[in-house]
Amino acid sequence: MKTLRTSALAALTLGAMVGTAQAETVTVGMITTLSGGGAGLGVDVRDGFQLALDMAGEHSIRLVVEDDAQRPELAVQIAERMVQSERADILTGIIWSNLAMAVVPSTVAQDIFYISPNAGPSPLAGANCHPNYFNAAWQNDMLHEAAGQHANVLGYENTFIMAPNYPAGTDALTGFKRYYEGELAGELFTQVGQTDYAAEIAEIRASGADSVFIFLPGGMGISFMRQYEQSGVDLPIVSAGFSFDQDVLPAMGSAALGVINTSQWSPDLDNAANEAFVSAFQQAYDRLPSLYASQGFDTANLILSALSSADISDSDAFRDALRAADFASVRGNFSFAPNHHPVQTVYVREVVEVDGVLTNRIIGTAFEEHRDVHGENCNM
Amino acid sequence: MTLALVLEQLLNGVQFGLMLFLMSAGLTLVFGVMGLINLAHGSLYMIGAFLCAAIAGMTGNFWLGLMAGIAAAAAAGALIEIVVIRRLYARDHLDQVLATFALILILSEGVRMIFGPFPLYLNVPDILRGTVQLGIVDYSFYRLALIGFGLAVAVGLWLLISKTRLGIQIRAGESDREMIAALGVNIRALYTIVFALGAALAGLAGALVGAIQSVQVGMGEPVLILAFVVIVIGGIGSIKGAMVGALLVGVIDTMGRFLLPRIFATFMDTSQAMGVGAALASMLIYLLMALVLIFRPKGLFPAHG
Repeated sequence: MKTLRTSALAALTLGAMVGTAQAETVTVGMITTLSGGGAGLGVDVRDGFQLALDMAGEHSIRLVVEDDAQRPELAVQIAERMVQSERADILTGIIWSNLAMAVVPSTVAQDIFYISPNAGPSPLAGANCHPNYFNAAWQNDMLHEAAGQHANVLGYENTFIMAPNYPAGTDALTGFKRYYEGELAGELFTQVGQTDYAAEIAEIRASGADSVFIFLPGGMGISFMRQYEQSGVDLPIVSAGFSFDQDVLPAMGSAALGVINTSQWSPDLDNAANEAFVSAFQQAYDRLPSLYASQGFDTANLILSALSSADISDSDAFRDALRAADFASVRGNFSFAPNHHPVQTVYVREVVEVDGVLTNRIIGTAFEEHRDVHGENCNM
Repeated sequence: MTLALVLEQLLNGVQFGLMLFLMSAGLTLVFGVMGLINLAHGSLYMIGAFLCAAIAGMTGNFWLGLMAGIAAAAAAGALIEIVVIRRLYARDHLDQVLATFALILILSEGVRMIFGPFPLYLNVPDILRGTVQLGIVDYSFYRLALIGFGLAVAVGLWLLISKTRLGIQIRAGESDREMIAALGVNIRALYTIVFALGAALAGLAGALVGAIQSVQVGMGEPVLILAFVVIVIGGIGSIKGAMVGALLVGVIDTMGRFLLPRIFATFMDTSQAMGVGAALASMLIYLLMALVLIFRPKGLFPAHG
């Protein structure tokens, strides 16, 4: 965090010494989770974002990164500091929906832009949408809707569904149910950060379900899958990509093999931008990127594309430039719906082992040009 | 709701309770003998899990990893006692809380710097994989083994405390610290040994549980909170209290999560009942703690009469 800031500052000072030919620097404040159990997600968003800046050779952006430790009250304090003392023009980086709900509304009300690289809680896509809020990842429901849709395709008729009890968890179950046509064998809310799922697995075993849908990002998914593998329950699992991406797959091990999950991105997605991203990321950080890294990368490129055609001091022009989304997304086609949330294809992936490393492979498409339903409630 | 499901949930509760016991036994020993509140106990749990995962990953042998985890936690405990904790015995509890909270931050960041921010892989050893048939219940073999481990440690601790010279010194230390120092017992060494013993128990719990959970930075803190609830319920300083408290918390928490949503579902819409039930279930053990504090302010088995 410190070194990033120092190097950004060094680059800034050097730029200033060379002359004033460069446009004035834009400060991007990144509030993300870099410590604790959710750190892997924030680290990937940060690294993806930084990689995009490095690849563009861009020095007109001053990136200030701070750790929110996955705590809403801390995120609010950092946001205030970023706006007041760092004079940030744009904020980004929040991973968790409960933190986004605490920070975003007050930030955008101060005429600061917030561009989400991850969290997409439903209120911000609907009734509480705002001209200064953009989501470069997805609305929370989206991948879960795709999972529900694909459960129909797989012929599941009695699915057991489960998610943690927080905004993204309720969005997940609602999203799944919106498209899933079968019966529910059971529906459970677990605690955020829960580590033991014995009670839930026993429920699944007793429920007579033919399949299981889970949304358990980060360490929660690892714990669940390990215990699920040992429980002797072997119902097929369908899920959104959050619980089965590169940040957790190495730790899950063979328990995750064959799991069907949905995502707007996959490392094997076939387009030039993605190929360049995956190989540059591996070279820079010596690991495979996750979907979180891809979102950080796209967020940075979205900001860069808008800065290249508009001045940040002209909010209206900058907003229009963001809305145009004129950048090469690693997802291929990418555009914004009127509520500033992505319209995008959602793929179906399978967890496979390639050269001893667990990763995802695209096996189909759940939705083309998909957009969220909450946009109807957004008046802007 | 079948009988098999109820029995399985009871077993889950007992297993959860026994793992909590491993954590709380160390915590309560340290508090009972030295009068020290050690918030960094959860970090020792994390160290046990990380070392176990690292060594098991390198050698492919879970048991070697387990040994390494226990040894590393004990060594870290002894080191922490000698370098930091020793200076805190004479201070009041607020200073101890501050210093050991700082230790949590330092150890978490240290582990993150060494092992990285992503969770580690640690799997159940091959011979404990799969399930066993216990009457009408199909139960995970590893969880059954955890119950066995927990009981074995409980018996071992009881023997240690009641039958050995070290145990006599520990009990004497609990009742009257100044007196046993006056009797010529090397109190400094005793404190280091007790602290390392508590740390080893936390490391053991971390390594055992790490095989079925996510081995990640900060994994100890949620367990630490529960362990404090356990020792407050059981009576601070009492091993017997820790055992009873841990089993109570384990069974009540598991059964609450299992039964409450069902009870609410009898007169509410299902999804709503799930939300309300889950929320209330997560409060149950704290309600239990509050009740115990009202009626038995010193816990169920107070150590100092």
